[in-house]
Amino acid sequence: MQTIELNTPLIEKSISGLKAGDKVLLSGPIFVARDQAHIRLIDMIKKELELPVDLKNQVVYYAGPSPTKPGEVIGSIGPTTSARMDTISEPLFKQGLKITIGKGVRSDAFKELVKKYKAPYLAAMGGGGAVMQESVVESELIAFEDLGPEAIYRLTVKNMPLYVAYDIFGGDIYN
Amino acid sequence: MISQKTIKIAVAELCKKASFSLPKDVMQALDNAFKNEKSPRVQDIYKLFKKNIQIAGKKQVPACQDTGTSVVFVEKGDKVKISDVDLINAINNGVKVGYKKYFLRKSIVKDPLRRENTKDNTPAIIHIEPKRGSSLKITLLQKGGGAENCSQIKMLKPAEGYEGVLDFIVETVRQASSKGCPPYVIGVGIGGNFEQAPYLAKKSLLRNLTKPNKDPFYDKMEKEALKRINQLGIGPQGFGGFVTAIGVNIEVAPCHIASLPVAVNTECSMHRHASVTLKI
Repeated sequence: MQTIELNTPLIEKSISGLKAGDKVLLSGPIFVARDQAHIRLIDMIKKELELPVDLKNQVVYYAGPSPTKPGEVIGSIGPTTSARMDTISEPLFKQGLKITIGKGVRSDAFKELVKKYKAPYLAAMGGGGAVMQESVVESELIAFEDLGPEAIYRLTVKNMPLYVAYDIFGGDIYN
Repeated sequence: MISQKTIKIAVAELCKKASFSLPKDVMQALDNAFKNEKSPRVQDIYKLFKKNIQIAGKKQVPACQDTGTSVVFVEKGDKVKISDVDLINAINNGVKVGYKKYFLRKSIVKDPLRRENTKDNTPAIIHIEPKRGSSLKITLLQKGGGAENCSQIKMLKPAEGYEGVLDFIVETVRQASSKGCPPYVIGVGIGGNFEQAPYLAKKSLLRNLTKPNKDPFYDKMEKEALKRINQLGIGPQGFGGFVTAIGVNIEVAPCHIASLPVAVNTECSMHRHASVTLKI
């Protein structure tokens, strides 16, 4: 198991070096978006509205944090089940999204998208909300505040511990 | 006399306790499970897991951000003089207070399709069981959505019997794969009818993982199910290995001559629950 330090925003070369099973320490800005945020973004794309986020070469972390305690940067923030986003991922890849982060296996159709858009899927520690929180150094609410834990946030992370689940060559940590 | 206020405060504290720590038996079962896993990736996950629990306890933050649906089991002694209406009200008020005070995530939407958040994690799902005696035992189970979504129910034919039930349990876990944060705790309800089986499955999750089933027949079945589940090779986080579940708990009930209902309730490795007993 090799460990790779990865910085955002991403460049193609750093992505193509990721192999299923590698450990990644991710640093830099990333977005947080899950079910309802995806649905709203896709609706805006359909209506040709300007999106609240520019996803080109960006990372989306599927998560819904607990409320931020006074003195903390963000609440507990482990990953949510990625499979729920399988059928609503492609419109975001078309916007230039390059890495998705969540937990658990995804559909075969999604694996094809990983190859097609050269957009690896990384796994975070499911059930590890407190340890993931430790790697967040800044957070900002970006859009859809009314969605509560499903709003879009921009985080700045430092050495966020992740594993390459699906690489762009078809490699799969779960197989 | 147990007042609504006493119940409210007790439930709020259960919300805190369940969120920031793991019950001893769950912690012990996970430690034992991870000891058997030698792969560097799984050992890396184990380190993160231990660190996660330490941080949650030290900083008093939720070990998992999904502080779940508040499922509350109440054993109510017949000498406890509080109406069920007041009891339910007090429990919901306790959840409201606890989730706000301790910065827990509010994960409940008012309507399954219109999906507006209730903003206080109520309503709790409350099961009241009448008992003899003068105590009120309240158990709060925080059931995360990811693992709950992997649960299944099936109405088997009686002829499918023991093997049919075992196959269904194992198949449910195979389909859950890594989506619900393994290693799992598997709650199984067998018998009853279409609504009772899943209730039994959920209730079975509360049994201490170090305690065997009192019925040797079902104790054997639990061990067989666990063995077969751990042969699936899903492993912690789905990264492979021998430990896909740390326990299988079975609860049964009488059922119709034509029926063999089976419900399998999948529970994540962060199996968070806490209890309190109030006396009159």
